[in-house]
Amino acid sequence: MKLSNRTKVMEQGEMTLAERMYLPAIVGGMATTLKHFFSKPVTIRYPEQQRYLGPIFRGHHILKKDSEGAERCTACGLCAVACPAEAISMVAEERKPGEEKLYREEKYAKVYEINMLRCIFCGLCEEACPKEAIFLRHDQMVPVFSSRDEVIYGKDKLVEHMDQRYLRDGWK
Amino acid sequence: MNLLTDIFLAKAAFIGAVFAITLGIAAYSTYFERKIAAFMQDRIGPDRAGPFGILQPLADAVKMFMKEDFIPANSNKWLFIAGPCLSMLTALMTSAVVPFGDTVTVGGVTFDLQGIDVNIGILWVFGIVSLGVYGILIGGWASNNKYSLLGAIRAASQNISYELAMGMAIIAILLFTGSLSTKAIVEGQQNGHWNIFYQPLGFLIFIICAFAECNRTPFDLPECETELIGGYHTEYSSMKLGFYLFAEYINMFISGAVMATLYFGGYDYPGIDFVTAQFGSTVAGFVGMGALIGKALIFVFIFMWVRWTLPRFRYDQLMGLGWSGLIPLSMYNVVVTAFGILIGKPFTAGIVGFLLLIGGMVVYDQLFVKKKIA
Amino acid sequence: MEISSIWYFLSGLTLLSALMVVFARNPIHSVLYLVFTFFCISGHYVLLNAQFLMAVNIIVYAGAIMVLFLFVIMMLDLKRNQPESKSSLTKLAGSVVAGSLLVILIALVRQNNLPAPSEGTFVAKTGMVENLGQLLYTEYLLPFELISVLFFVAMVGAVMLGKREAGERNF
Repeated sequence: MKLSNRTKVMEQGEMTLAERMYLPAIVGGMATTLKHFFSKPVTIRYPEQQRYLGPIFRGHHILKKDSEGAERCTACGLCAVACPAEAISMVAEERKPGEEKLYREEKYAKVYEINMLRCIFCGLCEEACPKEAIFLRHDQMVPVFSSRDEVIYGKDKLVEHMDQRYLRDGWK
Repeated sequence: MNLLTDIFLAKAAFIGAVFAITLGIAAYSTYFERKIAAFMQDRIGPDRAGPFGILQPLADAVKMFMKEDFIPANSNKWLFIAGPCLSMLTALMTSAVVPFGDTVTVGGVTFDLQGIDVNIGILWVFGIVSLGVYGILIGGWASNNKYSLLGAIRAASQNISYELAMGMAIIAILLFTGSLSTKAIVEGQQNGHWNIFYQPLGFLIFIICAFAECNRTPFDLPECETELIGGYHTEYSSMKLGFYLFAEYINMFISGAVMATLYFGGYDYPGIDFVTAQFGSTVAGFVGMGALIGKALIFVFIFMWVRWTLPRFRYDQLMGLGWSGLIPLSMYNVVVTAFGILIGKPFTAGIVGFLLLIGGMVVYDQLFVKKKIA
Repeated sequence: MEISSIWYFLSGLTLLSALMVVFARNPIHSVLYLVFTFFCISGHYVLLNAQFLMAVNIIVYAGAIMVLFLFVIMMLDLKRNQPESKSSLTKLAGSVVAGSLLVILIALVRQNNLPAPSEGTFVAKTGMVENLGQLLYTEYLLPFELISVLFFVAMVGAVMLGKREAGERNF
């Protein structure tokens, strides 16, 4: 069956003298490895050296605050609906008078939890958020955990700190 | 009697030193094996234990000792233990006749930098090498495991096949020297008259056989992972496995030293007369020891270089190369060498013989071999 | 230590391991005892100052032939309890043959009183390579060459046996 006209008929005859002697091919191979012996290693020693993973890497979740330091999240629940792994859960609460500095909208998330064992870092919560409140930061990964108690991340670990704000490369 | 005691003590000290050097080099060969493998694959290699990872052999040894020492239930217990011990023993025994240097005088005692100078030195090496297969054979059989047995049987047939070509290559050397003593072989090559210039073909045969005798890639079929799991050491663990692996590295170093002795002038090095005139023969002797160890280490590097370049042979290719490739070649080499010595021009005869061989192969190739259709 | 005590020790060891070759139930053990016997005999060669013979004995017998023995026995995987299958007739025939060989040997040794080496004519270097070569190529030239012809014939026979039949594939 001919699908294209590029088929080549191959026939294996006897090996040539150079091929039967093995040695030229061996010397060639050894020259190749010697060249690599002196070339620079491509290894990155991970814990000490870290690669830049790009501006759209999806790492640690962060709940952004606005420029005055008020939380943007209004606990609408769209992120939890969008989440394919059902990792996000939250409890909403009405903003009390006098808390305007803390929360931007009239409703806010009293509890906001992400189960990091369930999270698949797909970034759909980021896509779904109408208030631009949740992001997956590109410069930091979720650290390794060794017990199940450390798995559920609450607001204490998620909310942005004003002294070290998160800026993505495209925003600058 | 006092002099005899002194010489005895000096010999004992020297043998101890050679022992320690051999073991140390073997230990660090494991580290350099991994480093060289890494460099050839554009990696870094072990670098966690100590600066540049130089404590890695120590860590490996601790790991080996800490692992569970396991003896299979249906194995032959004593032979199972004897296997790695025999491997180690035969690996270490060869270095006894390697001349590490000329005579030196330390503290008024003059002695050779050689374990024992017997007049059958090279036969001793050959004999011990031929015994080396027992460790593998016994260990493989005693494991009571089919894969181990297959590995052991492969090792036996491979070693016997390549011993023949190796012996023939040595015979050509013996024709030159007229003596079986390793010391005499080295003394015949002083001042740059190294055997490699007279015996390029012989050296090629010898180094290929050395690869096969050490069970190194491309001839490591006895421990071929893809076919035999681990080959003869499938059932071994802990330091018994360590002994097998360690014996391989000792064999590598010793075969490097033997190759340097036979073909590269042993402890000879350029400028030996100058060093002797400036600093005396004792210093020259010790520098010569360094030169020999350096040459052996270059061979160890070549062993590793080849290992990380070439894939292993198929088993019928291995046997074909040994029996129908190397043995006729080595016979031809013996004939050419004998002819050269007969007419008194060994160097010319060697070159002419080599060229004749190449020419004959090219002619055969042109006349009888069906060409590939490109 | 006296040289004679070493001799007695070695001889005892040789006899013991040779007996173990016969009495060991496991054929692999038999072969290993046989290898050990060869080492003891090599030790005797060293005592006779015949280092070349020692090395050749180790290379040829212990290093090559015994490896092949071991190889074959491992390949065949002989079971430990198979000697029972032999009939008493075989046993009888075996002991008759071995016994008559022993009688012949003893008679031979008793008849030919081997001359003890005297201090005057004893040459310590008889076993060295050079002297051995001289002897082989002068006095014993014909037997030596005949043996090479024998080996050659054996080699040709082995090649013929091992040759691949047309159309047969071994791999």
